[in-house]
Amino acid sequence: MSRAGTVDRPAGLAPPTGAVRLLAGLGERGEATALADHVARWGLVPDPGRRGRGGFLDELHRSGLRGHGGAWFPAAVKWEAVAARRLGRPVVVANGSEGEPASGKDRLLLRRAPHLVVDGLMVAAETLGASRAVLYVPASEARHLSEVLRERRRAGIDPLDVEIAVAPERFIAGEESAVVAHLDGGEGALPAFTAVTPVYRKGVDGRPTLVQNVETLAHAALIARFGAAWFRSVGTEESPGTALLTVTIGASGPRVIEVPFGATLRSVWSALGESPAEAPAILLGGYGGTWMAGARVLDVPLAEEHLRPLGATFGAGVVLAPPPTMCPLAEVAAIAAYLAREGAGQCGPCAYGLPALADAAASLAFGTRGGAGGPAGGGLQARIFQLCESVEGRGACHHPDGAARMVRSALLAFGDHVDHHLHIGPCPSAAARGGRSVPRPSPVRVQGAAPRPQAPRGARLSGARR
Amino acid sequence: MSRAELRVMVDPTSCDGYGTCAELLPEWIETDEWGFPVIRREALPAHLADHADRAVHACPRMAIRVVRVRS
Ligand code: SF4
Ligand code: SF4
Repeated sequence: MSRAGTVDRPAGLAPPTGAVRLLAGLGERGEATALADHVARWGLVPDPGRRGRGGFLDELHRSGLRGHGGAWFPAAVKWEAVAARRLGRPVVVANGSEGEPASGKDRLLLRRAPHLVVDGLMVAAETLGASRAVLYVPASEARHLSEVLRERRRAGIDPLDVEIAVAPERFIAGEESAVVAHLDGGEGALPAFTAVTPVYRKGVDGRPTLVQNVETLAHAALIARFGAAWFRSVGTEESPGTALLTVTIGASGPRVIEVPFGATLRSVWSALGESPAEAPAILLGGYGGTWMAGARVLDVPLAEEHLRPLGATFGAGVVLAPPPTMCPLAEVAAIAAYLAREGAGQCGPCAYGLPALADAAASLAFGTRGGAGGPAGGGLQARIFQLCESVEGRGACHHPDGAARMVRSALLAFGDHVDHHLHIGPCPSAAARGGRSVPRPSPVRVQGAAPRPQAPRGARLSGARR
Repeated sequence: MSRAELRVMVDPTSCDGYGTCAELLPEWIETDEWGFPVIRREALPAHLADHADRAVHACPRMAIRVVRVRS
């Protein structure tokens, strides 16, 4: 593939040595990285001709890169599954839809470091021999990204034209089969039943399709430049590299920070200038993630192999710590109600089960139907566990599984609190919410920060979020 | 060669929840409190294969699948 263009590759670029990679060098004013600055910092992606097409797959394998969109699936295995198919040339999709309301890191990347994402998409396209490449992004990023693509087209650096597709604004719009359905012209981006025919076999246009989160692609873009050994030089053996977290602590807005895998939340708190004492309850992974008592999780290394034994998962890198004055069960009820509303209504167990689960969670939090006197007591708790079990694994997508995990983990993590609600009644802060399920307001801005000393503070994504 | 096993699955996006399948294959399919099929996740024993096929054909939404998976 020829790389004739107007951008020259500066010689002797050194890979970043610290734990700040994707966010390295982002400016203070929240601006996007222009192509010239991007190339000055990172150079161009080396021509794959020198590695051969399969060459990068080996490198990707060795890197141990995992998906950062929530599923924690090995990237190389996913790419290989697409490469192994013969039915038509593949389609590659950079998934930046980020329907998760508590996450902002994908938007931050798209806004501030878009060229890394597109580089990664091009590496995937070349490695897999794709003939179509799509950026699937929120409406808020579409205009700026078309500018970015125009700049790249002028420079002639990409082997393939990149399309932009605007993702519908809903929680499940980023689910792999929902992305495919949307790109195939389906209404509303609804997930499909893929247990029999996964999208790597038959996706967009019936072709093998790679749907990969934008952060994962950005990491791949750096692996293509600096190699697997460099990638593994930070992080843990099983969870190599760095990750972007979207951290919301108390009433402060969400901030994005890059950490090496294996860092603790305590170090994240201190890098952000917050006091860990103020975090009794932490939701990890996303709205479909795991609640944990702060004391239990603050010193656990953030890496899948340390989180799994605790019943948690890294998910999409969401860390949400409500203000200590807020009743965690009220928060659980609000999120459960949100997830019930956001289901696609296609699958019975999800369409009936999640509202029932949300009702039960509301009863527990606000005592509207359960409370100490009603059919409650241990009965309400047992009912919640039973509902979790009856929705789990029974949807076309994992949406119900996440809702069940979120609610169940709260009951396990906040046992004392649950007892109080069951036997005495809602605590004052839940009562103050008046039994209404209040959806959590979406974050309105994302601020990049990183552990000192490299702190590119003020890496800010401003503007209204949905 | 790995052994192939049969699994019964439902496409939950197509299922209407009237439970015809559970009537035809009660050994393997129950219904939940809303009427939707709850299917055992293990490999289907060979002696139930014919019954499973009947459920596949009787399902009005063609939502039941018997798939061969490598064990
Ligand atoms: S499980 Fe729920 S969210 Fe997923 S496809 Fe079915 S109805 Fe939609
Ligand atoms: S027979 Fe088909 S449509 Fe009816 S409940 Fe069973 S799977 Fe669903």
